[in-house]
Amino acid sequence: MTVDRLAHLLTMTGLEVEAVEERYAYLETVVVGRIAAVAPHPNADRLKLCTVETGSHSCSVVCGAPNAAVGMLAPLALPGTHLPGGLTVAEGTIRGQSSAGMLCSQVELGLGPDGSGLMALPAELVPGQPLHEALGLSDAVMEVSLTPNRADCLSVMGIAREVAGFAGARAKRPEIQLPAGQGDIQKMASVNIEAPDHCPRYAARLVDGITVGPSPFWLKDRLLSVGLRPINNIVDITNLVMLETGQPLHAFDFDQLAEHRIVVRTAAAGERFTTLDGKERVLDSHMLMICDGQKPVAVGGVMGGMNSEIEAGTTRVLIESAYFNPLSIRKTAKKLGLKTDASHRFERGVDPQGTLYALDRAAQLMAELGNGRLVAGCIDVKDSLPATKPIALSAAATNRLLGTAFGRDEMARLLEGIELATQVQDDDTLVVTIPSFRVDISRPQDLMEEVARRAGYDQIPVTFAPLPAVTRPAPKLLTQRRRIRELFTGMGFAEAITYSFVHADSCRRLRLPEGDRRCRQLAILNPLSEDQTVMRTSLIPGLLDAMQRNLARQTRHLKLFETGKIFISRGSTAQPEEIEMLAGLWTGDRTEVAWYAKSEPCDFYDLKGAVEGLLEGLHVRPVAFTRLADAQCAFTQPGASAQILVGGEALGLIGQVHAQTLQAYDLKQNAFVFELDLARLMDHITEERQNRPLPRFPSVSRDVTVIVRKELEAEQLLAYVKEMNASLMEEVRLVDVFDGQPIPRGCKSVSLRMIYRSAEATLEDAAVNQLHKQISDRLVEHFKAELPT
Amino acid sequence: MRPRPCDGGRSSATTFEKETTVEQNIDQLRASALQELETAATPEAVQEVNTKYLGRKGVMTQVLRAVSQLPADERPAAGRRANEIKQEIAAAVQAAAERLAAGAGPVEGIDVSLPGRKSAPGPLHPLTQITQRICDIFSRMGYEVVEGPEVESDYYNFEALNIPKDHPARDMQDTFYVSEDIVLRTHTSPTQPRVMEKRQPPVRIIAPGKVYRCDSDITHTPMFHQVEGLLVDEGVSFSHLKGTLTAFVHQMFDSETRVRFRPSFFPFTEPSAEVDILCVICRGQGCRVCKQTGWLEILGSGMVHPAVLENVGYDTSRYTGFAFGMGVERITMLKYGVDDIRKYFENDLRFLRQF
Repeated sequence: MTVDRLAHLLTMTGLEVEAVEERYAYLETVVVGRIAAVAPHPNADRLKLCTVETGSHSCSVVCGAPNAAVGMLAPLALPGTHLPGGLTVAEGTIRGQSSAGMLCSQVELGLGPDGSGLMALPAELVPGQPLHEALGLSDAVMEVSLTPNRADCLSVMGIAREVAGFAGARAKRPEIQLPAGQGDIQKMASVNIEAPDHCPRYAARLVDGITVGPSPFWLKDRLLSVGLRPINNIVDITNLVMLETGQPLHAFDFDQLAEHRIVVRTAAAGERFTTLDGKERVLDSHMLMICDGQKPVAVGGVMGGMNSEIEAGTTRVLIESAYFNPLSIRKTAKKLGLKTDASHRFERGVDPQGTLYALDRAAQLMAELGNGRLVAGCIDVKDSLPATKPIALSAAATNRLLGTAFGRDEMARLLEGIELATQVQDDDTLVVTIPSFRVDISRPQDLMEEVARRAGYDQIPVTFAPLPAVTRPAPKLLTQRRRIRELFTGMGFAEAITYSFVHADSCRRLRLPEGDRRCRQLAILNPLSEDQTVMRTSLIPGLLDAMQRNLARQTRHLKLFETGKIFISRGSTAQPEEIEMLAGLWTGDRTEVAWYAKSEPCDFYDLKGAVEGLLEGLHVRPVAFTRLADAQCAFTQPGASAQILVGGEALGLIGQVHAQTLQAYDLKQNAFVFELDLARLMDHITEERQNRPLPRFPSVSRDVTVIVRKELEAEQLLAYVKEMNASLMEEVRLVDVFDGQPIPRGCKSVSLRMIYRSAEATLEDAAVNQLHKQISDRLVEHFKAELPT
Repeated sequence: MRPRPCDGGRSSATTFEKETTVEQNIDQLRASALQELETAATPEAVQEVNTKYLGRKGVMTQVLRAVSQLPADERPAAGRRANEIKQEIAAAVQAAAERLAAGAGPVEGIDVSLPGRKSAPGPLHPLTQITQRICDIFSRMGYEVVEGPEVESDYYNFEALNIPKDHPARDMQDTFYVSEDIVLRTHTSPTQPRVMEKRQPPVRIIAPGKVYRCDSDITHTPMFHQVEGLLVDEGVSFSHLKGTLTAFVHQMFDSETRVRFRPSFFPFTEPSAEVDILCVICRGQGCRVCKQTGWLEILGSGMVHPAVLENVGYDTSRYTGFAFGMGVERITMLKYGVDDIRKYFENDLRFLRQF
């Protein structure tokens, strides 16, 4: 089976292969070289000049190896080769002599332990051949992205079981051949579990007379291949066996264990302990400690301690193989912020019946590789261990859930393939025995998944569910939100989506007074950055940030809008009030630069017009804008701030951004913003429409221009006219507002156009003129206005 | 332009001269009408002549009225003559209009290449576009769009979805905490129990929205968007899930897009499936986007875990269901080739305008 095929099959069985790396890819540019001549280096006593033949070519290489000799075949790393030690080979000049590559030792190539001289290659190899081809070196390292349920696959053996499943084979594991031990561990050491809830099983073996030293090349190589740093033979063996079996092990220097006792207990609150990484940890009473007769020596299942570490002089090693309560380990590791290969496995659940196999395998290897003598016997203290229960699986129910038509016996075959033993109970039912390592299987549905997984998801038919007709109308918010977006983009606004979290300082930047509900910010306990510490209580900060970013990138003219939620805190232990808002921002020019338009900065009325256009488009009425009292203006400039009222209800705010707020957001350009409570606006939106007959008779329009005080709001004039409720007046519009010459200072001229129409007849001029004069006169009188001369 | 006051549509008709004879007058009128039509240079001018002579308040109307007041013996001849002339003028009006229309020359001074006076539409955010598209596809399949809170209780975000406290599955999602029991929702899945608690099957919903995870790099932003889907009814099977999601992919991408389902794990589904599509960038040849695998992960899915159904009080012997969830940013990336997820939230106008 090719590596790619294996990776594909693993992925399709649920063990996603994220990466496949050819370990010896770096040997691509290392070739077999034949040393044709050796000459002394003219400028260095210890260096030689070798002429190296690589098939058709020949080159000169500077070399310091003592064993370089004519006729020898040795690996030549060509320029560009990245050696495992981190060096990149380059063509260069060494002491005045050019060198076209590097002749390498085993160590330099990561191919063996010998670093004393050049790696001598068999004489029958052909010069010029790439080294990995010549030596048949190829090893793929697969990175499997495991889902948290598959604790059983956190080991080579676990993966092998899955491979055996689809390869139609049986997984084998290394046979244990323990040397005959001497003495009796029971007399030399003891284990006492005081916290069986946390540690249901603790087993130990003792190896005596060990020589601690570097591991053999193959062992180091194996660890390096998966990114583990070799330490010494004892520690390396515990790591190797963990990788093989999934059972984390720990090795103690037995002579550092006071009273040669192991006591498994929970820590005392506030107890301090220095872990192997040299950090002092403060423990609490829920954390499991492995102790000797006097003191803690390891945080159980997480990390060992400095005080019982294997050192160069260690001769007696106590090997721990235990089953810890997954929950206990998880809590401890989380509280300590200490995630280790061991804790990762324990918290997902190791095989409670795999304890002794791993222990024996490690003991055997330590005896072999550390020249140790096994002490006879084994300590195995256990309380009630989690046990899997047989599960009855109905073939019919399985097929119903999967939409398949597998036979009962076919299902049995699929399950047996991954060591799930089955027994036939009746025509439809299998009783499945769950092996102890499959801690993830507890329900029939779990087995149904195994059936589907083993058969292959591609074996499940593609069909469509019979679906009943829909009876619920689409929610208003959704349809209206879509309409709002259409309206705003139609008016030339770009839709923004900004982060829901903002800087905690936003309230101050928005100049919100204390007590404003928008100061009730919901804080995040673990924010990623200072800019994102609290949930937003307004959409304005996000838009101002977006404006700032655009200005920084030379986009000076900007029309943005956003719909999204704001969050008003009700305290950190309750869900906040979430309110959907709509906000917009306009900055820069009114129109894009064009041949037909002067470049003019946008103003209050531009944005107000957009809001009016929106509300009109939503058929919302009546709409009013009232000036916001100066004292109530926060992030908007007094005088250029208005409340937006819909049906008399204040739903939002529009205005020019306050100078201080601009400054706080590092903005050097005016901007206008508005924000509306979308949720409450919904209450004013109705989808009802009523057709009215179109007028049959023509209308007549008449204008009137009055000169009034500048402060008089135009709306008052309009409202006054409307309130007269003249029967023939259909509409009144503002057609001109002007101040400056010849209008007196402090005044402005306002022109209104009245549209008159009768539903019954074409209006006679005389009647219209009379009515218009009446209305104009009342207007002039009421506002003490003047008529233009 | 302001209308002239008291304009009222009054026409300034030629005053009818009573001193002269009717016939003389008629001939005079005819001559002037024909001459005016001859010199009329625009369709508007022709129309003006038409109104002046033949309109409701026009000259000819007045002539006819005058005819009716002539002595009885003069009336028939004068009437006939007046009508003839009326018809003659009408024909001349028609002819003048046709002459003008036929001879309309080129309009001067328009450079058709100059940009129009436009109000250019703004862009809809790409994530909104894709979310709407996803929702539309499922809406057509009868799924109802629902939304839920973004700040969620631990119960709905985790417990109800079969993710107990201190379960390793919690590591799958880096959670933002507000307090021990309040989190920023890490997925849109809490809408599942929220809706199911309130309704009995059949339940068929799609739930788009913002979600939050404590993660930030070129492929992760602390806020992103998901769409969740859920169908619970009698007899819902894994094969229905495959059909539904295959149909979705074919509508979202194209009907040639290959889909594969592979085993995965989510605490709230069993069996669980990851849905891959053949890489839309390299068509399966292997590229940077698909990490050389030829496939792209776009959906997580599975049959609703019985524990989830039990948590909302559904009868698991009667009902089954499927659920799925997808990342909007990822699908948008694949559709539009966005290479850095952070761009979605920078709101750079130059970026937004590309969509």
